[in-house]
Amino acid sequence: MSVSGAAGARIGVVTFPGTLDDRDAQRAVRVAGATPVPLWHGDADLGGVDAVVLPGGFSYGDYLRAGAIARFAPVMTSLVDAAKGGLPVLGICNGFQMLTESHLLPGSMIKNERLTFICRDQVLRVENAGTAWTNEFAAGEEITIPLKNQDGQYVADERTLDELEGEGRVVFRYVGGNPNGSRRDIAGISNARGNVVGLMPHPEHAVEAGFGPDGAAGLRSGTDGLRFFTSALTSLLATA
Amino acid sequence: MGRVVVEVMPKPEILDPQGKAVNGALPRLGFTGISQVRQGKRFEITVDGPVTDEVLADVRRAAETLLSNPVIEDVVKVEADNTDAAVDATSTTQIPA
Repeated sequence: MSVSGAAGARIGVVTFPGTLDDRDAQRAVRVAGATPVPLWHGDADLGGVDAVVLPGGFSYGDYLRAGAIARFAPVMTSLVDAAKGGLPVLGICNGFQMLTESHLLPGSMIKNERLTFICRDQVLRVENAGTAWTNEFAAGEEITIPLKNQDGQYVADERTLDELEGEGRVVFRYVGGNPNGSRRDIAGISNARGNVVGLMPHPEHAVEAGFGPDGAAGLRSGTDGLRFFTSALTSLLATA
Repeated sequence: MGRVVVEVMPKPEILDPQGKAVNGALPRLGFTGISQVRQGKRFEITVDGPVTDEVLADVRRAAETLLSNPVIEDVVKVEADNTDAAVDATSTTQIPA
């Protein structure tokens, strides 16, 4: 499944020292039918890309706080400006942590409730199918993608949580038990405009049959993550 | 040269999973009567000159920008450290006899 007419779309994937999932994110972009553009943390130039993925990993060793040092990398200054201007940005895991540290998304992530590193296939409910990264889903649809982190407990004050709920900015919720103590089972959120989305689980690891989570079609058959990337292409074509 | 100590703690309303785990381990070692542990961070920052009010204000700004995340943490202390340990640690010329 790829979006026809999207081959010209260029999606940047930023690599920081300690990033792990940049190659998989680039591959997901390619499988979705677009062209991945590697971006470097130390370079403020976004290369004129149409969208950006901040991939997972342990940037700067997760020293201080996850995403705290990455947030001040030269590339992030440009990215924050571009995101405020409407550039689609997806933050996955450590990328989500960078988005909260840079205040593009509210709240923060702290250590998982039981302090353990969690690695498993996770069912999520798509609560908002209107964002730049979820328009290929149906609202209320349940999807399965991998979850793997230690600092995945989403926290924010009650007022912020109420605001997120009221504005439909809770994009994903954990289904089948809360894995990490996240407030209100929140797995992912968006900004008000819907172009910036962050989530802890990993769509880029579920884009190709044979390498994804186990699904109804067999072992490792899950490709629910692919539609994050095709959604971005659809929204780019819509605004082109 | 002077030294500034910055302390950062998780906000009271934020669950502190690390402190909770430490609190759970203490009774197993025979330390009873402890009802809560909260774990934070201490930064020892050595500056080029003496610790002036201006330096303290700068360090406070750094503490609120990078050293802490205001969503989950409070800066609870920004203070000049005038202890002997601070003086020893910042001296590069002293050789113990």
